[in-house]
Amino acid sequence: MSSDSDILLSARDLTVRFGGVLAVNQVSFDVRRGEVFTLIGPNGAGKTTVFNLISGIYTPTSGTIHYKGQPMATVPPHAVAGLGIARTFQNIELFEHATVLQNLLIGRHTHRRTSLWQDIFFAGKTRQAEIEAREKVEQVIDFLDLQHHRDSMVAGLPYGVRKVVELARALCTEPQLLLLDEPSSGLNVEETDDMAFWIADIKNLLGITVLMVEHDMGLVSKVSDRVLAMSQGEVLAMGSPAEVQSHPGVIEAYLGAVDDVSSLRRDHAAANAREAA
Amino acid sequence: MRFIFKTDYDQDVRLAKHGGHVFWYSLLGLFLVTAPWLLDEYWLAQLTFVLIYSVVGLGLMLLAGFTGLFSIGHAAFLGVGAYTEAVLAAQGWPFPLSLAMAAGLSAAVGAVVGLPALRVKGIYLGIATLAFGFIVEEGLARWESVTGGNAGKHVEPVNLFGWKADTELSFYAVCLVVTVLATLAVINLLRAPTGRAFVAIRDSEISAQSMGIHLARYKTMSFMISAALAGVGGALYAHKMQFISPDQFSILQSIDLLLMVVIGGLGSIHGAFLGAIFLITMPQLIALGKDYLPDAIAMAPGLQAVVYGLVLIAFVLFEPMGLYGRWLKIRTWFQLFPFYRKGMFKRQKSFQKSDRLK
Repeated sequence: MSSDSDILLSARDLTVRFGGVLAVNQVSFDVRRGEVFTLIGPNGAGKTTVFNLISGIYTPTSGTIHYKGQPMATVPPHAVAGLGIARTFQNIELFEHATVLQNLLIGRHTHRRTSLWQDIFFAGKTRQAEIEAREKVEQVIDFLDLQHHRDSMVAGLPYGVRKVVELARALCTEPQLLLLDEPSSGLNVEETDDMAFWIADIKNLLGITVLMVEHDMGLVSKVSDRVLAMSQGEVLAMGSPAEVQSHPGVIEAYLGAVDDVSSLRRDHAAANAREAA
Repeated sequence: MRFIFKTDYDQDVRLAKHGGHVFWYSLLGLFLVTAPWLLDEYWLAQLTFVLIYSVVGLGLMLLAGFTGLFSIGHAAFLGVGAYTEAVLAAQGWPFPLSLAMAAGLSAAVGAVVGLPALRVKGIYLGIATLAFGFIVEEGLARWESVTGGNAGKHVEPVNLFGWKADTELSFYAVCLVVTVLATLAVINLLRAPTGRAFVAIRDSEISAQSMGIHLARYKTMSFMISAALAGVGGALYAHKMQFISPDQFSILQSIDLLLMVVIGGLGSIHGAFLGAIFLITMPQLIALGKDYLPDAIAMAPGLQAVVYGLVLIAFVLFEPMGLYGRWLKIRTWFQLFPFYRKGMFKRQKSFQKSDRLK
């Protein structure tokens, strides 16, 4: 077992109820420093809800989340980024009528050191901070090969590039924990390969811990250290990608129970028999 | 086509990005400085109005165009600024101090009005600000001991520590200085983290928040700065009119202001100025056009309102990016000639945007 200092994020007995719907039920997991931890599960399993709990958009009905040993319950949503947690969204939420560069500079917001008055007069400190922010942003641009799109408006970019821009914006906050909500959704095969490559780089080169939700099992098994499978708000299985993929509960959640299938078969056989008779 | 060879990050930060900027804005500056000798008294007065409305337009542009919060009660801030200035000028305050007070008081009122903006969005915010506009107009009419009520109030000329700006020329100079300073302040704000946070809130609140932007603080800030600029514009307006009464700050004025930023082009600083030019010159153009229209139309009351309405509808339908957007298209056409494509400025469909988190 790993010691407590290895654990970056720990969720205990998370439960969320929206009216009568139990979206997340008694979910517990630990994300260790420097690993890629993936949540999988069929649609409506509650994966994105878990993300929104971590980023403070929803409050859990019961249960706790600890980040670096500190409880997250009292942290307002806008302060989460300042703690070193950045996220991307399932349906890209970029600042559409701004350039890629501006989007990435907004990612530097948590590092701003200038006051409103310094901004209004564009004092020396603001200019200096702008150039420092730009240097950091350029590092991310280099990392993700976005040079070509630097000055393009986001509204005019293809979907695949936007996905990368969103990842870049999250990296610009210099996070310790990166939450990726379906990084490969809507991407073609090549772009998905690039994404796998980048996620591995983010983990290995930048040393950022990644917590992601993903459906593409190819990507999941390529980059994940551990996988948590959810269904209908509950934990089904946790372990290495191979372990989880072969877990009977997971197969059942995705494909249906063996009983269901065999009963269908029987019906089919019986129908054939009836027809023959 | 212009290619800029960038060797330094400061090139993206500085105000003039290339030689063209330096040339054209110097020319504009030269025109504005020599305008009193180039234009006759009447057109100089119109130019002064353009400057005053530009300052107000900058404020509303920051709020509506850059933060995405619509205010249908902005004339109220104009009124607060105008009356503050009128009262303080009557007591002999020097102009810079009274102007700062007008801005400060408007900003304070803006902070109060900004509170509903933290809870309501879109059309509901519009209704809240509209109601606020009515309250202020009514307040100005009823608080007779200070405002003089519906009988109106006379405004002393600008008093700069003994020097009085009571001629058309001297007041134009005051307006020009204030406008240039206000413009620089807004431009600076927009190239700094504060302005980018506003843009982030406009485009996606949910992700602005996840980038660490305190929504309530920045929305209130935007309302305050916007109201302060409207207050400054109001103070100048009071001096220009020399006489103010509550009906100058009614819903009609608010709609004119909104019309100005929409026609000018939401989300651009140029738009505030182009909108102000439109707003001031349109009545003159209508007056000129009256000679060529049949009497039944030319003499009809409300002709101006009808023309304004038609122009607004036309812009919303055919050129949602306003006058500045039209100019961008023309400029791009020339820059890329002959490669301009029809769909270059088409907005992306926003079907991918999620509504789940809103």
